[in-house]
Order: sequence, then C-alpha cells, then structure tokens
Amino acid sequence: MREVAIVGIGCTKFGEMWNKSFRDLFIEAGLMALRDAEVSGAQIEALYGGNMSAGMFLEQEHIGALIADFSGLTSNNIPSTRVEAACASGGLALRSGIIAVASGYHDVVISAGIEKMTDVGAEKAMDALASAADREWEAEVGATFPGLYAMMARAHMHELGTTREQIAQVAVKNHYHGSMNPRAQFRNKITIDTVINSPLVADPLRLFDCSPITDGAAAVVLVPAERAKEFTDTPIYVKAATQASDTISLHDRRSLTSIDATIIAADRAFKMARLQRSQINVAEVHDCFTIAEIMAIEDLGFFEKGAGGPATLAGETAIGGKIPINTSGGLKACGHPVGATGIKQAVEIVEQLRGDAGKRQVDGAEVGLTHNVGGTGGTVVVHILAR
Amino acid sequence: MAVPRFWRNIPNRYNLVGSKCDNCNTFYFPPRIVCPPCRRKGAIREYEFEGSGEIVSYTTIYSAPENFTKMTPYVLAIVQLDEGPKLTTQIVCDPSDVKIGARVKSVFRKLGEDGQDGVIYYGTKFMLA
Repeated sequence: MREVAIVGIGCTKFGEMWNKSFRDLFIEAGLMALRDAEVSGAQIEALYGGNMSAGMFLEQEHIGALIADFSGLTSNNIPSTRVEAACASGGLALRSGIIAVASGYHDVVISAGIEKMTDVGAEKAMDALASAADREWEAEVGATFPGLYAMMARAHMHELGTTREQIAQVAVKNHYHGSMNPRAQFRNKITIDTVINSPLVADPLRLFDCSPITDGAAAVVLVPAERAKEFTDTPIYVKAATQASDTISLHDRRSLTSIDATIIAADRAFKMARLQRSQINVAEVHDCFTIAEIMAIEDLGFFEKGAGGPATLAGETAIGGKIPINTSGGLKACGHPVGATGIKQAVEIVEQLRGDAGKRQVDGAEVGLTHNVGGTGGTVVVHILAR
Repeated sequence: MAVPRFWRNIPNRYNLVGSKCDNCNTFYFPPRIVCPPCRRKGAIREYEFEGSGEIVSYTTIYSAPENFTKMTPYVLAIVQLDEGPKLTTQIVCDPSDVKIGARVKSVFRKLGEDGQDGVIYYGTKFMLA
C-alpha cells in the first residue's frame, strides 16, 4: 500500500446559493482544487463524488457521469463514481479516492463532495434527510433527524448529567469559529441565551442546536506521497482513512449516549496512524446537532464519557483551548451541504496544517483529524492527516 | 409510500409481528431474515410481541415533514419491549406526562396519510400504561 498525499484543495462558499446550480457548485470547487495543485485536467485519472441525495433534492441521479461531463473530463473518459453514505458521503468519497491511489490503481485522483439542498422547500428537504434513517421503521412512524438526535441528547443528559447550557455552548463556540471563516454560512456570534430561547424543533433540541440546510461543494486532489512534491511544496499526508458501520436504526444500537461506529473507526484510525489522541492538534467533527459534537469528542477519545459537556463549557474545544474542534464553524455555522461536508472537513484540516487558516489558525498544528457521520451513526468515516 | 410497500408490512405494523431466533433466543422487531450474531446458524421464526414495554428516551416533535405536520406537536420515543428489542414509536399522551422509564402498552392508531387523496396509514403507537 502506498502513502497518499493531498496536494490541492477547493471549497465554495457555503450557504443558500439560489443563483448557483449543482453543476456550478462542483465545477467551482473542482477548479479551485486543480488550480491549487497546478494539475491539468489531462492528468486526472479518476474522480469520486460524494453526494447524498441529488435524487430527492434535484430529481437527478447518475451524478458520476454528470460531474465528469460538465467538468470537461468526459474527453478523457475517466472513471467517475458517485459514492453515498448519507451525511458521510463526502468522507466516503475521500476514503474511496485514497484507496484508489494507495492501491496503485490510479496516481492523480479527485475526491469531491456536493449537495444542492435549497432547490426544494424545507419540508421536502427534511423528508430527504429522513431517508438517512430507516424509512419504514423510523421515518414512517414520525421520526425526524432532529428528533432522533434529541433522544440521544435526552439520554445523555439523563445518564451523564450533561446540561442544556453545555450543549448550547457547542453552537456558541462554532458560531464564534464560523465568524472567522469567509466560507461559513453563518458568521454571526451568538450566546447561550440565543440557543436556549430559540424555537423548539424536537425537545430538548432547538433551532440553534441544528445545522442548517446548505448548498456547497468541496474537492481535494490526491496523489501518491512520492509524487507530492511535483504538485506542491506543502503536501499533507494521509496517515489513516477508516470507516465503520452500525445498525441504520438508532433504536437497535447498544447505547444512545455513544456512537459505537465512531469509537471503532477512531480506534482503527489511531492504530493505522500509530498516533495517540494527545497528538491531534485540531479536529473537524460531525456536529449535525450540538449534542453530536459532545458525543463525538467523547467517542473519539479526546475526553472521558460525560466530560464532553463540561470541557466544551470550559472552552477546551475552542481555538486556544486544549483541542480546538470545528475551527471551520463546523456543520452548525459553516453549514452542512450533506454530501460536501466530509470533504470540507478535510479542506479545513489541510488549511490548518499548511498554516493557511488565517484568523482561525491553530498555532503549530501538525496533525489533524476529520470525523464524518452518516445518519445517526450507521456509517462513520475518520481520517488522520499530517504535515 | 407506494401502496404495496405499506401492505407488505401490515402484519408487522398492525400486530407487532417480528422475529425470534430459536438458536440464540433473541427477539427482533422489525422482523429480520438473518439473525446478526448467528447468521447462517440462526433459526428465525415469526413472533407476535405482547406489546408491553418501557420508554428508553423520548422527544416532542415540533417541526415535521409534510405527512406529519398536522399532528405536531407529538411525542416520539424509543420503547424497549419486554421481550428485549427496541423500536421507535409515537406515544399517545400529553408531552408533559412522558418520562424515561414509564411503562407503555401498544395501541392501534392512524400513523399518517399520503396527502389529501392518498392512502391512510394505520399502525402501532403506544400509550402510557
């Protein structure tokens, strides 16, 4: 197996991009990544596109061909593959590209993520997102995504003593980080009061506990590590790319206060990278809801179970804290175009490790981690990247 | 949802029919064809649940997709049946009466409808016992 490096990154602005189409978004992100790596279209050997549900959001399938076609890559007839694992589709596209390069099948590969969510109304978008759960035995009895995470939040508060204020602080911190990210959907700072006085969505979760509906795309260029210097002076190396599955339904899980697939994917990743938790300087984790970030930082092993809430309230996960989490603003403030999120996480970590993160730069960041969850934890993808 | 897709699940939705593996004595709801721990060694058969259980966690849904907007706010819970398996269900009660650990009993209720002219779905919800 060959070591793999990321030599180019691109990411559109995230938000309600009513004047941009699905095609506009992925072409913008893709071209940014190619320019960054100084790669020409003729050098690209394969493309992996993460996309959750163009079928439900746009009534468009066959995304692999569409991306290749409108990127001008059908002239080379390269293999272009759409990968899907709900909100982890982007992470999966990254891992698929890494495997393609590591195996020796291809040298120059693009992994991209794309979602265009605002071409349908909010209710239809909620229904599309509900397809990440078990349609017949969760969604069709009235479960919504906020509802499923609300039941995890309730259990976490009941069993581990996590408080409403601790959970709210995740949103406060991520809006603060987002305020420094030019790509973020929300750049306004908020307070705990903003969160706990916002409308109830699924008790105890409120509007400001939820990541928004977002349009956006992101892309990275992957090459074998031994060729990385041909493309950039600052390659970022892939130390681990792991994935774990669990039951699709939340009710079938061992626990409501942990996501087991996170624990397992993280264990596999740290073993593969031969690194300790304490060596991670910055992490992008899957905060589709505020409670999800608290569970993630515990399940990834950065904090003991039940210590995630108090650590968040104490500022340990903010820039300048013990381990800065979601410097991009996370899904909450940067936005959550579901299929693009896993790639955007990698883009943010690459910028941090290159020292290019501007106002949100974590001083001396050398090793970073991304954590991308599909559904309520049926799929988890973890990557460890290093300078 | 297409009518045949719903009809296939009528026994399970109306009568809480799931599965039991006679090899490891584990109960499943919804039904499974393969017992995950036993796989090909498993001996799966149909099993009708008693319909009694306990609330593991719950929420009140205030914002719902189109098919459920008329019912909001409604209580959604994960219930552990006495035989062991857990399922997601609505609890027919006032949101202020529900709590973790409360005993519940299954009831037959309308679940939703496919717009004004579509099929009306019936199935199982739970009530506080």
